[in-house]
Amino acid sequence: MPQTLYDKLWNAHKVHEEPDGTALVYIDRHLVHEVTSPQAFEGLEINGRTPWRLKSIVATADHNVPTTSRREGIADPVSRLQVETLDKNIAKFGVADYYGMNDARQGIVHVIGPEQGATLPGMTVVCGDSHTSTHGAFAALAFGIGTSEVEHVMATQCLNAKKMKSMLIRIEGRTGKGVTAKDIVLAVIGRIGTAGGTGYAIEFAGSAIRALSMEGRMTVCNMAIEAGARSGLVAVDEKTIDYVKGRPFAPKGADFDRAAAYWRTLVSDAGATFDRVVDIDAATLEPQVTWGTSPEMVTGIHGTVPRPEQEQDPVKRAAIERALEYMGLNAGMKVADIRIDKVFIGSCTNSRIEDLRAAAGVLKGRRLADNVKLALVVPGSGLVKRQAEAEGLDKVFVAAGFEWREPGCSMCLGMNDDRLSPGERCASTSNRNFEGRQGAGGRTHLVSPEMAAAAAIAGRFADVRDVL
Amino acid sequence: MDAFRQHTGLVAPLDRANVDTDAIIPKQFLKSIKRSGFGPNLFDEWRYLDQGEPGMDNSRRPLNPNFVLNQERYRGASILLARKNFGCGSSREHAPWALQQFGFKAIIAPSFADIFFNNCYKNGLLPIALGEMEVDHLFNVTAANPGFQLHVDLERQVVDIPGGESYRFDIEGFRKQCLVNGWDEIGLTLRHVDKIRAYEAARAAKEPWLF
Ligand code: SF4
Repeated sequence: MPQTLYDKLWNAHKVHEEPDGTALVYIDRHLVHEVTSPQAFEGLEINGRTPWRLKSIVATADHNVPTTSRREGIADPVSRLQVETLDKNIAKFGVADYYGMNDARQGIVHVIGPEQGATLPGMTVVCGDSHTSTHGAFAALAFGIGTSEVEHVMATQCLNAKKMKSMLIRIEGRTGKGVTAKDIVLAVIGRIGTAGGTGYAIEFAGSAIRALSMEGRMTVCNMAIEAGARSGLVAVDEKTIDYVKGRPFAPKGADFDRAAAYWRTLVSDAGATFDRVVDIDAATLEPQVTWGTSPEMVTGIHGTVPRPEQEQDPVKRAAIERALEYMGLNAGMKVADIRIDKVFIGSCTNSRIEDLRAAAGVLKGRRLADNVKLALVVPGSGLVKRQAEAEGLDKVFVAAGFEWREPGCSMCLGMNDDRLSPGERCASTSNRNFEGRQGAGGRTHLVSPEMAAAAAIAGRFADVRDVL
Repeated sequence: MDAFRQHTGLVAPLDRANVDTDAIIPKQFLKSIKRSGFGPNLFDEWRYLDQGEPGMDNSRRPLNPNFVLNQERYRGASILLARKNFGCGSSREHAPWALQQFGFKAIIAPSFADIFFNNCYKNGLLPIALGEMEVDHLFNVTAANPGFQLHVDLERQVVDIPGGESYRFDIEGFRKQCLVNGWDEIGLTLRHVDKIRAYEAARAAKEPWLF
């Protein structure tokens, strides 16, 4: 029987099955960061358990780290304790692959996993972090877990899981100039809603997905969780294999060829059936901007903010009213008339080298608008930062008035000092526009790196296609 | 984990869809390295008028009188009634920890986000998905009847409305067993040590670069 990519990954990792279909699933790669791991390490210790397979763990500190100079360490004592606790646990349990705050390869866990080749096709990848879906871009079954499950994986190398339903999102055709992976995925979320993918593993396919680089595919899979799906997937092709080749954790020599031969089978078979199929025409997509407090509250750059009275569903109408109030927007206003205070280019969605190149391409020879108080570029990892500097991108950003920072999660969620103040409005390349996400009272609009750059120059949202 | 079989408790209505984990427990409280102490900061931004930071004396902070959990009639509530897609957003288990440490034993909504849903079970907090109409009805009766209580019976898989109907809910057999018995899931998994080892040996033969 023809199988989907998800079927293949699922079947390859099943260790045991309960009568109700709950399976014990083997985990190949366990990514760990400082926020969701301390209680798990503590749980192991209390119960006298040790990690099952230390080599499966790759760890970093990303959420709490400062993005300014790190010479003085972390000023906030609570943040500092959390990072130090990870340092200690790593040493105590003997984890070898740790990219601590001062390691040149440190960065956002979902950036460094693929960068190090720690994420390989065909793997199961978990992390105590919902954006673990990112790694599905490599045809790995990757999903976020809570801290109890972090402990469970450490102790047993397995998780109990029920097979999800499967959804195929097929995006055919060519995207226009200035329409990026971010716009594709925001449009998908706008179409199926933030709960549209709940209970599903989503495979993204079609010529528009094939045309994306691995970075672009990671951006798309990263936000599968914003559509409700724990896992996003893209089938293996030559781009996948080329990307992985030569990375530190990737197999070498004859092993690589053997691996690649297996990886090439990680595609959905012709005739495989999905529980749901969604078709999207890439040619119709515009650069997207979110206007509300949920990623599904999104429209094209030439769109308008909705009028609540036009919504029939009372729960949705109330949500729109509340979002407009929180966001400080008027019903019916043009998205292009929304003025911004800050710009954030970064996060596990859009902080890879290609994202920085794209933003710098728009900013070259231009300056921030006067009303933009602060614009940050936070590379996803130390290696991305170094690469960008080698290409001179840092100079372009600085000349445009941006601050060039050290890698980490930064203002994606503001666990460190990078935050919005109440009422401030930000054009952000991150993934969540929830109330208070970037700082209490802060107002987040999600966009692509190109659109963030265009907004930085215009001081309001603007169509990047007019600048390119 | 504490076992969950039955529970009767006061119902508090949170009439919002897509309540995300950033709202349930804001990120500054995720810096804690402990598993306890999150209850006072549940829904922090909605519940208090000032801005919450770790280490504050929460008993002295100004409460937002408009927030439902601050209203006298819902004091001591242990069943939360919510709208669709409750718990969307991040994987932070601090969200179920905060709900439970506040005093909730069960959450009723038309739907839940997957990771949150899963995390609840690991902590003996029962997420109950009911039909949209049923949830709507519960919102109405809760509003109309101060002191309104529900009875949740996990073994029978029903929510009983006093003097009236019962709503049936689904739960996967394995999860139900774990919850009803209060089993330690890691301990359960470790019964399969031999199977896990055999699986690893087979994979290592096929994909030696992984091991
Ligand atoms: S960049 Fe943002 S979304 Fe990504 S892991 Fe960090 S905090 Fe989470």
